[in-house]
Amino acid sequence: MRPKKAKKIVFNSAEEMPLMICSVGHQTHNLTGAWRNIRPEIDRSKCIKCGICWKFCPEPSIDVVDEWPVVDYDYCKGCGICAEECPAKCIVMVEERK
Amino acid sequence: MSTDVTKEKKFTMTLPADELMACGHLACQGCGATLAMRYMLKALGQKTILCIPACCWAVIDGPYPYSSMDVPIYHCAFETAASTATGVKAGLEMTGDTETTVVAWAGDGGTFDIGIQALSGAAERNEDIIYVCYDNEAYMNTGIQRSSATPYGAWTTTTPVKHFKTRPKKDIVAIMAAHRIPYIATASVSHPEDFFKKMKKAKDIKGTRFFHVYAPCPTGWKSRPEDTIKLARMAVQNGYFPLYEIENGEKTTLNLKLKERKPVDDYLRLQGRFRHLSPEQIAVVQAEVDERWERLMKGCAA
Amino acid sequence: MKKVMMGNHALSYGAMLSRSQVISAYPITPQTQVVELLSEMCADGTLDAQFIKVESEHSAMASCIGASVAGARAFTATSAQGLALMHEMLHWAAGGRHPIVMGNINRSMAPGWSIWTDQNDSLSQRDTGWMQFYCASNQEVVDTVIQAFKVAERLMIPAMVVLDAFALSHTYEVVDVPDQKLVDRYLPPFKPEIKLTPADPRAFGGLTGSEHYMELRYKLEKDMEKAPALIEETGREYEKLFGRNLGLVDAYRCEDAEFVFVTSGTAGYTARVAVDELRASGVKAGNLRIKVFRPFPFDRVREVLAKAKKAAVVDRNCSYGVGGIFYQEVKSAVYGRPGMPPIFGYIAGLGGRDIMVDSFKEVAADAMGKDRAEEEIVWIGVKK
Repeated sequence: MRPKKAKKIVFNSAEEMPLMICSVGHQTHNLTGAWRNIRPEIDRSKCIKCGICWKFCPEPSIDVVDEWPVVDYDYCKGCGICAEECPAKCIVMVEERK
Repeated sequence: MSTDVTKEKKFTMTLPADELMACGHLACQGCGATLAMRYMLKALGQKTILCIPACCWAVIDGPYPYSSMDVPIYHCAFETAASTATGVKAGLEMTGDTETTVVAWAGDGGTFDIGIQALSGAAERNEDIIYVCYDNEAYMNTGIQRSSATPYGAWTTTTPVKHFKTRPKKDIVAIMAAHRIPYIATASVSHPEDFFKKMKKAKDIKGTRFFHVYAPCPTGWKSRPEDTIKLARMAVQNGYFPLYEIENGEKTTLNLKLKERKPVDDYLRLQGRFRHLSPEQIAVVQAEVDERWERLMKGCAA
Repeated sequence: MKKVMMGNHALSYGAMLSRSQVISAYPITPQTQVVELLSEMCADGTLDAQFIKVESEHSAMASCIGASVAGARAFTATSAQGLALMHEMLHWAAGGRHPIVMGNINRSMAPGWSIWTDQNDSLSQRDTGWMQFYCASNQEVVDTVIQAFKVAERLMIPAMVVLDAFALSHTYEVVDVPDQKLVDRYLPPFKPEIKLTPADPRAFGGLTGSEHYMELRYKLEKDMEKAPALIEETGREYEKLFGRNLGLVDAYRCEDAEFVFVTSGTAGYTARVAVDELRASGVKAGNLRIKVFRPFPFDRVREVLAKAKKAAVVDRNCSYGVGGIFYQEVKSAVYGRPGMPPIFGYIAGLGGRDIMVDSFKEVAADAMGKDRAEEEIVWIGVKK
C-alpha cells in the first residue's frame, strides 16, 4: 500500500525527469480532506463492527484500528456513503469545522 | 446492543483487508467507479497491469508524475483499451511473464462506442485479458455527454430535457455473448462480495473475460453522493441491472434471484437526470426493464 | 547467403533477423506479403514471436505500443490508408518513447483508390516524432530494418523503414541475407530500464500539466538530435560486420558536381542513370539521395550542396499549398548560408506514374535554363 502523505515531486530540470512518461511519486501527497464540507463521526457506543462503512468507502479513508473503524480525516471527502449505509445508524455527518 | 460485547468483537471484513489503491485520488465524492476498481484489485492482487483509456479513471489516478495505485497502469488512447491490453499481454508472454493479469479498464464511452472495434477484435481472437467496463451511463469525464450506454429518458448535456435520450441502452452483454468468449459477468458496486467472487473466478480462466460493472455517478446523475450504493442496489433489485454470468456465450446463470422486482419509480426519483420524466415516460422505462428481465429469465432457463 | 526476394520479403527478413517478439499487423495492398511471410515464419518456428492478427491498423499500432512498453521488441508494417489510420498512435508511440520499427510501403492516399507509389502517406507523418528511413534497394531494406531497431532502442524513439509500392515492394532483387549470429552481435536483446511490470508499479502517460509537458517534448527533440551521429556510427559498425555502410545520404558523383539532383526512394537510383548520361554529354551532374528524412540530415545535405552550382529537388509528393516536401526542407537546410546554390523544385511520379531517366533529363534542362526558379514548383509529366 502506498505510504500516506507522500512528498510532492519537483523536477528542477528536464534531465531529472525519467525518459519514459511515468510516475515517480505517490498521489497520497494530495490531502483530499480539504474537499469536505461535512465530516462523518462514528459513535462507538452504537457501532456493531459490521464492516460496512469500511467496505463502501470510495477513497478508502476508513482504517481499521484495534478492530474499530477510524476515519482518516486527512483524506475523507465527506461523501456520506458510510453514514447512509451504516445499519446501526451510528455515523452522523456533521458540519465541518473551519 | 451491549458495548461490552462489541468491545471484544472482531471487525467484520467480507473482503480481504489489503488495499492496492491509496487515498488522495481525484474522484468526486461518492464515486462508484472508484469502488469498482477497489473491489476488482482486491480480487486480482498486485500482479496485475491496467490499461486505462480516456475516461474518469484516466484522471482519478492522479496527474503525472504521481499514481495512487500499487499496480502498473498504462494510460492509453481512448479507443485502445482492448488493443493496448492485447499488446501488453503478448509482450509479457514473450518476455517470460505468463502470470501477470492484464486488465483493460474502461468507461462506457470507451467500451460501447469508440472502443467497441478493438474490444470486438480482441474478443473474437479470444485474447487472454480481462476487460472491465465500469458503466456510469454517459461520457462523464468530458462533462456528462450521452453515450450509447445512456438509458432511455436520461438527461445529459447532449440530450437536454427537451430532447432527452429516446434510444434504448445498447445491450453490451448480448454483443459480448455473441463473441462466444469464455466468461462474461455483470456486477454492481452495491454487491461487492458477488463482484469479488466472480472476479476471482475470472482470474483463473484463460481467454477474454468481460465484466459490465454498474458504477453510479453523483455528478452526472445529479444524485446525492451518499446515495451511490443505494442507487446501485436499487438497480439490481428492480431488475434494471441484473447480476448474472454467461459462460461460453451460452450458459446464463442468474446470481441474484429476485422473487419480486421493485418498481423503477423510487430509483428514478433519486436522480436529477430523470426528474423531467412524465408518468407515461416512466412507464416506458418500466416496460423496457420488464422486457429485458423476461428475456434474461428465458435465457437462464434455456 | 544470397537470396532473390521482393522488397516486402526483405522487410520480413529484417524483422525476423532482428528477433522481433511481437508482430501486430493488418493487411493492406501492397504490404500483404510482409505479414504473410512473417506469419509463416512464426508458424514454422523460424521466428519466435507472437503474431497478433488485429482488426485494424489503429489496433496494430496500439498493440505494438502495449507490447513494447511491456518489454518486448515490436514490429508492424502498413501503407497509405493504414498508416493514416494509425496517425493518432504514431504520435503516441513517439511521445511515449516506444522504439517500435515499422515498415511502410509508400502508396498514394485515396481518393481515388490508388495502390501505386508516392510519398504523401509517410511524409504526412513527419511531425509525429518517428525517424524515417527511405530505401532504394531490397538489400538496403533488410539492412536498414536491423539498424533501425538498434538506433530506435538506443534513443527510445520509433522508426519507420519506407519503400516504394511495387517499384520496390514487389520488385525481386538479389539480397545478401545477413547471418543471424552476426546480427545478434550487432543488435542486442531489447532490455528497457523502465517498463510495465508489477515489480515496479508506475502509471505511464498520466494527465500532464503545462508545467511538465514541454520538458518531456524537449527531451524527445534532444534525443532525436542525437540520431544523425548515431545512425552514422551504427552504420559504420554495420559495415565492419557486413561490408555495407548505412549512412544518412547516398551521394553519387557529387564530389565535383555542378548540378545535383536531390532524390529519395527508387527514383534515387533512376537518377543515377540520368547522372551518367548527363556526364557523358558533358554536364557535371550528381545525385544526392536522401536516405534518412527524419531527423533531417542537415550537415550532410549542406556538405554536398555547398559544392554545387544548382540543385533540383525531385519530390514524389506534394504538400498542397506549399509544394514538394523534400524541396521545402532542403531549402530551409541551406537558407541563409553563404555559398549555397539556388534550389529548384519539381514534382513527379504521383500515383505511381513512372519517373524515367528522361524525367530527370527534363528536370536538368529546365533547371539549367534558369537562374532563379520562376514558377516555384514545376510538375513533370503532367498533362496541364
